[in-house]
Amino acid sequence: MSTLKFPVSSDDHMRGAEDAACTLVEYGDYECPHCRAAYPVIKQVEKHLGKRLCFVFRNFPLTQIHQNAQAAAETAEFAASEGKFWEMHNLLFENQERLGEELYDELAAQLGLDTAKLRASLEEGSFTRRVRNDFTGGVRSGVNGTPTFFVNGQRHNGPADFEHLVEAIEAASAR
Amino acid sequence: MSAILAPGTTAPDFQLQVTPDQKLSLSELRGKPVVLVFYPADWSPVCGDQLALYNEVLPEFQKHGAELVGISVDGIWCHTAYASARNLHFPLLADFEPKGAVARSYGVYHNDWGIAERALFVIDKDGVIRWSYMSPIGVNPGADGIIEALENLSK
Repeated sequence: MSTLKFPVSSDDHMRGAEDAACTLVEYGDYECPHCRAAYPVIKQVEKHLGKRLCFVFRNFPLTQIHQNAQAAAETAEFAASEGKFWEMHNLLFENQERLGEELYDELAAQLGLDTAKLRASLEEGSFTRRVRNDFTGGVRSGVNGTPTFFVNGQRHNGPADFEHLVEAIEAASAR
Repeated sequence: MSAILAPGTTAPDFQLQVTPDQKLSLSELRGKPVVLVFYPADWSPVCGDQLALYNEVLPEFQKHGAELVGISVDGIWCHTAYASARNLHFPLLADFEPKGAVARSYGVYHNDWGIAERALFVIDKDGVIRWSYMSPIGVNPGADGIIEALENLSK
């Protein structure tokens, strides 16, 4: 059974209570339609479980099939460096069909971020390594496609719908 | 079906079509580690994810000097179209005639369905199998086992 080789740390993008009974880690790609489909499901799961759940997102861009995935991930990381990760994360998924430089500028402006600074960091690849580290860590943990979820460190092999995720989380929390 | 070949076994040599006018044999790759990926079929959803993942992880395999090779019973023109549609950067071999002969020699042919199982082999530079793994046919095995096996080679 595949397990998370890199424990959740303060470097991660985390929302919910840190001391929650369950931590759900997603490895995802902003251009992946399955990740887009999972996006509202996660929100639903979070709402249902409240303080019992901590959600973590890590990057797993499949750059060979998704040409915008890497830049989108780096845009989210740029926003994170300005304290706006989740805001950007949500907007990227909600505007998945428009991924591209124009959208990143628009979203950065919408969040009150410096668009020139965003452009520079994308050009310089300031967050390339961070995204790649997420990716290689995911590979080592047995991420086999996107999205891949880990429930309290164990890879979730079932479907990524509300019922199955909640069931897996309840089971892991009871252990 | 005979059992999947175990570590310590010499990898059976083969020569298969790799492009419409070229063949590739395993012995040509002697001198570097080889990752042999048997999979059921081009275009099927799980295989797509699995090969897309390996395509993405290729630089990690290459850090170990390894060659990655995919094998299924699909014909060479099917492989060519599939590799081009998915932008794959590694060769796909056609175990097409006689059908599945190579998969059989590695103990990974699914007789009832007439396709290769989803099986992974890591072969060392001397042509000896050092790690093998058969996944349930519908489960994408990921790349962690391959990377670990490649790391163990250099130990």
